[in-house]
Amino acid sequence: MSVVTVRHAAVGYDGREILHDVSFELGAGEVVAILGANGSGKSTLIRTILGLTPLTRGEIDLFGTPQRRFRDWARIGYVPQRLGAGSGVPATVGEIVASGRLARRGIFRWPGAADKTAVHDALTAVGLLDRINDPVTTLSGGQQQRTLIARALAGRPDLLVLDEPTAGVDAGSQEAFAAALGRFQAGGGSILLVAHELGPLRPLIDRAVVVHEGRVAHVGPPPEPAGHHAEPGHDHVHPHAVPQATGICVAPTDRIAAG
Amino acid sequence: MDLFQYDFMMRALAGALIIGLAAPALGIYLVQRRLSLIGDGIGHVALTGVGVGLLLNQSPVISAVIVAAVGAVGVELIRERGRTSGDLALALLFYGGIAGGVVLVALSDDASSNSLVQYLFGSLITTSPADIAVIAVLGAAVLIAMLAFRPALFAVCNDEEYARVSGLPVRALNILMAITTAVTVTIAMRTVGLLLVSALMVIPVAAAQQVTRGFRTTMAAAMAIGLVAAGTGVVVSAEADTPPGATTVILALAVFVAITIGAAGWRVVRRRAHPVREVEPPDVVLQEV
Repeated sequence: MSVVTVRHAAVGYDGREILHDVSFELGAGEVVAILGANGSGKSTLIRTILGLTPLTRGEIDLFGTPQRRFRDWARIGYVPQRLGAGSGVPATVGEIVASGRLARRGIFRWPGAADKTAVHDALTAVGLLDRINDPVTTLSGGQQQRTLIARALAGRPDLLVLDEPTAGVDAGSQEAFAAALGRFQAGGGSILLVAHELGPLRPLIDRAVVVHEGRVAHVGPPPEPAGHHAEPGHDHVHPHAVPQATGICVAPTDRIAAG
Repeated sequence: MDLFQYDFMMRALAGALIIGLAAPALGIYLVQRRLSLIGDGIGHVALTGVGVGLLLNQSPVISAVIVAAVGAVGVELIRERGRTSGDLALALLFYGGIAGGVVLVALSDDASSNSLVQYLFGSLITTSPADIAVIAVLGAAVLIAMLAFRPALFAVCNDEEYARVSGLPVRALNILMAITTAVTVTIAMRTVGLLLVSALMVIPVAAAQQVTRGFRTTMAAAMAIGLVAAGTGVVVSAEADTPPGATTVILALAVFVAITIGAAGWRVVRRRAHPVREVEPPDVVLQEV
């Protein structure tokens, strides 16, 4: 059965179309990488699949159900590019990972033994169980990324969706990351990820979908890097714009700042 | 304490203690999503509700709850829709709220600058038995909602997009927060006053997080600090004949300063005792160049 089906998807913001006509399929147990340059629309594509950005044309099916009617979100584990707004209130690694259980448990039930076990298992899978009670801000960037993957794994999903999981992450964490994803796939899970380049994730990838200027330019085995990307030791870290946190209320704060 | 022979003092103390617990329990979520000043804005809007209540000779607490809740839900819908474009809309709402309140209070039978000051800065003697019943019921409702939905509210405030992808009812939870903010602001206006309500939501959280490591412990510590500051604030203000709201806020700030200095001192002492600095082991195998 197809896990994700995208048919002739078009997406735009404010009248400007970013994706024009994108179609691809992710089968059960498959690992698909969406590749492309900055601004190619690859992050928009996965945000659209997750329902964070609306489609303007086309169709998306998740686990065989049209996205609009899809309710079984616990089957999808989303790993964003970085930890949320990261405000001043401390939170432990365990508390962040425990959020991953809400999709399964619902908001009206309190965490029980099954939730605790799932959090422990997920942290073990990414090698961070010893940091469970540490404030998440004391972790390195790579460890924070692993915390986010543990949060997604804690919900025991069938599909993992990762947005640039290895951007700016040190090599050691990338290896730990690849190992955790490998075990997830070995357990029958499907993976959809967006990346600039694959690094240690490369052996896991079944297929690559290359997005270029809002269209699918290539589907098949991961293409070889070109130009300076192919140089040995090329460390590809792009300065990413920090997306504006949705939780920010601008009014009173701005009033003070402007005054 | 002779003061507590008076019923109004007992009512003021009870009201303060309820708010001391409920305000930080809500405030921690507002601080987490960087809405620390939203309580202040909703307080402006609530003043219009006070004016409406006084003008109609109804309980100003109930009319203020209704007007503030409508305002808070409106703010939430603006926030959800546009990001920065909502800035001006919020400013208009807040200033409209306070101006409307001042005009309506002036038009009412109870028109004296004194009654306005009571709502803006709180007063010990204005809490009627009917008010305290409303404060107790609404305060308990806020507290229960904030504690019972802690995992979901934490998820939404920590990472709203992730919560959305998890299928959580994000909008419903945001509206729950908006309404509980309005309720907390309104029940606190008798004791702390509309202009200082926000302080009791934010300062105990700021003080607690100087020394805590997790969200749950921060919440518990902030509620304890809020309870102590509010209780002591009422007693001190009665003894010293100062306004209770400002006294409570100054006490809470004193706790913040004491904890901050204490934590810094403790770190210095610990560093002297254990001169070896804790360095995180590198995530990578470091190679000689």
